[in-house]
Amino acid sequence: MATSSLPTPEAPATAPPASLVGAQHGDRVFRLLLTTAALAIPLLMGFLVYELYTGSALAIDRYGLGFVTGSTWDPVAEEFGAAPLIFGTLLSAVLALLIAVPLSLGVAIFLTEFAPRWLRQPVAFVIELLAAIPSVVYGLWGIFVLVPLLKKVVFPFLRDTLGFLPFFQGPIYGPSMLAASVILAIMVMPFIMSVAREVLLAVPNSQREAALALGATRWEAVTSAIVPYARSGIIGAVILGLGRALGETMAVTMLIGNRHEIAASLFAPGYTMAAVIANEFSGAGTDIHFAALTYVALVLFVITVLVNAAARLLIWRVSRGAPAGGTGL
Amino acid sequence: MAESRVHLATDRLTAMYGKFTAVKDVSLTFTANTVNALIGPSGCGKSTYLRTLNRMHELVDGGWITGKVLLDGEDVYAPKVSPMQLRRRIGMVFQKPTPFPTMSIYDNVAAGLRLERRVSRAELDEVVERSLRQSALWDEVKDRLKASAMALSGGQQQRLCIARTIAPRPEVILLDEPTASLDPGGTQRIEELVFELKREFTIVIVTHNMQQAARVSDTTTFFYMGSMIETGPTRQIFTRPAQEQTEAYITGRFG
Amino acid sequence: MNRRVFRRVKSNAMVGLMVVAVVLAVLPLLFILLNLVAKGAGSLSVAFFTREPVPAGETGGGVLHAIVGTLLIVGGASLIGLPVGIAAGVYCAEYTGSRLAKATRFLADVMNGTPSIVVGVFAWTLIVARQKHFSALAGSCALAMLMIPMVLRTTEELIRLVPNSLREAALALGYPRWRTSLGVVVRTALPGIVTGSLLAVARVAGETAPLLFTALGSQYLSYRLNEPMAALPLTVYTYAIGPYEEWHQYAWATALVLILVVLVLSLAARLATRRRFTANG
Repeated sequence: MATSSLPTPEAPATAPPASLVGAQHGDRVFRLLLTTAALAIPLLMGFLVYELYTGSALAIDRYGLGFVTGSTWDPVAEEFGAAPLIFGTLLSAVLALLIAVPLSLGVAIFLTEFAPRWLRQPVAFVIELLAAIPSVVYGLWGIFVLVPLLKKVVFPFLRDTLGFLPFFQGPIYGPSMLAASVILAIMVMPFIMSVAREVLLAVPNSQREAALALGATRWEAVTSAIVPYARSGIIGAVILGLGRALGETMAVTMLIGNRHEIAASLFAPGYTMAAVIANEFSGAGTDIHFAALTYVALVLFVITVLVNAAARLLIWRVSRGAPAGGTGL
Repeated sequence: MAESRVHLATDRLTAMYGKFTAVKDVSLTFTANTVNALIGPSGCGKSTYLRTLNRMHELVDGGWITGKVLLDGEDVYAPKVSPMQLRRRIGMVFQKPTPFPTMSIYDNVAAGLRLERRVSRAELDEVVERSLRQSALWDEVKDRLKASAMALSGGQQQRLCIARTIAPRPEVILLDEPTASLDPGGTQRIEELVFELKREFTIVIVTHNMQQAARVSDTTTFFYMGSMIETGPTRQIFTRPAQEQTEAYITGRFG
Repeated sequence: MNRRVFRRVKSNAMVGLMVVAVVLAVLPLLFILLNLVAKGAGSLSVAFFTREPVPAGETGGGVLHAIVGTLLIVGGASLIGLPVGIAAGVYCAEYTGSRLAKATRFLADVMNGTPSIVVGVFAWTLIVARQKHFSALAGSCALAMLMIPMVLRTTEELIRLVPNSLREAALALGYPRWRTSLGVVVRTALPGIVTGSLLAVARVAGETAPLLFTALGSQYLSYRLNEPMAALPLTVYTYAIGPYEEWHQYAWATALVLILVVLVLSLAARLATRRRFTANG
């Protein structure tokens, strides 16, 4: 050993032993700082609920729960009912899911089960880039590219083929419930896709192999083993997408036509809660108008919280503490 | 060998995880500049016992103790004692090598020294070199001190961890199965090192491997189901154990 | 035999349908990017980046005011949101079991799911209504509130990936808890935290809804944080729904600039981690 060439090893040991006593100021300050930051979240959310509630107190007092069933929205007459808004919000989101869910699940299943390895990352990456595009850009594209296309080609085609259904009757407008739903579908698809993909990736290989070993085709393996295993996670992914669609503002505001009406036809304009806030909030002239809009925000908040809570619960049940929403960006 | 001063001792030490008793009522003394092996089957409490000595046990959720741990006669669980100060005097090396991945080889060794006070660059260089030499790693890394510590082999990483532990000059070194994840070559080097290190430090080593205990230690203590069954000079434990359980264990009849 | 053929055909048909789904999913992105370049690139010029807007009807204006505004508002949001989000994430990872950590984690999820327009209303009632005027700072606060939960979750998850043995090794060396946390644990997770932060910045840079009644937007170049201020997404919105043809062209060009900013930020974030991970083995 090389120790002989060193100063005598005993030398440092003869120094008097350091005291064991010492304060831990650094740790206390550190914990205090972190705790302050962590407290900010409950505080902010508490404030948010408080502000939304007090902000809408005037409207809550005057309209009560009848607010959500009333269908007149007249700021001049100071009469506010949010039924068309709630209807429009739910309908546009559900329609968007009807379009987006089959697509995103198809892509997710394809990417985890069938696609050649070299294709998986690039396709997933491109689709996640879709999630990075700002809402207002979707809106811009929707106004000038999507809506003309729908108006000239898709809507007439739908009216001609499915016109016997009440949803596809009546005059064709450009901005409409259906146009907003299509853009929403494009926007929520990447979120559903990436969460569903994570859930599917978490399915253990043994499930797959067991089904294939029984002589199932690869598609049968998907329907009989993989999807049932991942079912609650996939439902969670879909509900998470629903939460996104409910709160989406800009693109919908630009495409839905902004009319306070409940119409059977999907070609007709509609309105959503988020859109009415975006359009009217900065121009609201009276206290009751502000209060009504804040009340709308409160209702929207409550609905999205409930929807998201349901989604998280389902996803957690599958992936046990690894929250699958994390990579949605 | 120096005077036989009692350096570290435990007095009726009991260690708990919540309501589960992991170590029961253990009183032991460790003489300065000796190597002391703790042996016993998995789950016998030897690692937990080791971790009470530098107060690492209390970091686990629900970890608490009764009894005393005395370093030079001073109770290390006294209210005013800072665990950080204590751990600077009682160093520890773990089962798996744990070099800090974001630091270079040099910075890893210097990590403990930089805590205390401003150390001059020259002094730092000197201590790093001495510690690496003492841990028999200097010749292998002297040309790449700025390289990432993650590039070293497992055995080298473990010797780096030993260098990091001895650099701030602790008095006691705790080794928790330091060779469990190493190949025979790496194991042999660590064992030689332990033998060298006792000239300067008091060593307590937990090991799974009875041959290792026999090769490196001066005293051996046998743990079983949280209790200390027997302690004594290594030669005596391995040749004439007083307890039947000890004999059963060292002859390989269980554990 | 027939049955087997049918099952095979069905399996292949489903794969075919999935390929169609992939094409349908990727198509909008290509479409949007192509349209942006085709309709927007023509209006890009030096003046576009260096001048303020001119009155409707004139040509030659730019969006300097919105570029500066986005930088200031998003910069302000990052200064507030990143430290709070990262520190709260470290808290949740370090004091996992505490009641505050559980509450914070849960409420961060709620916050993350809160529509950005609702956050805008909140910022309005909290700041704008009290100050009685719109301000860039209120916009920054609204965006910060969107960043916090995103950054918090990423930070917490990445810190949890750091093996506990490293934390123990530092503590055993006599590191105080705060230095263990910052110098060893957070430092090990840092590349991922940087990536998560960049992604959060990229995402809020494109947000419009929370700025509508906080920063409000403006036609003039301004550096004052307590006054209304323009931002790229707001400008896209104003120009897109405006009545003039040239405004629409500006909307496309501004959107192109906005999307370049957002995509470059998100790509940089992803590449940053990828390279760092390989460097660490």
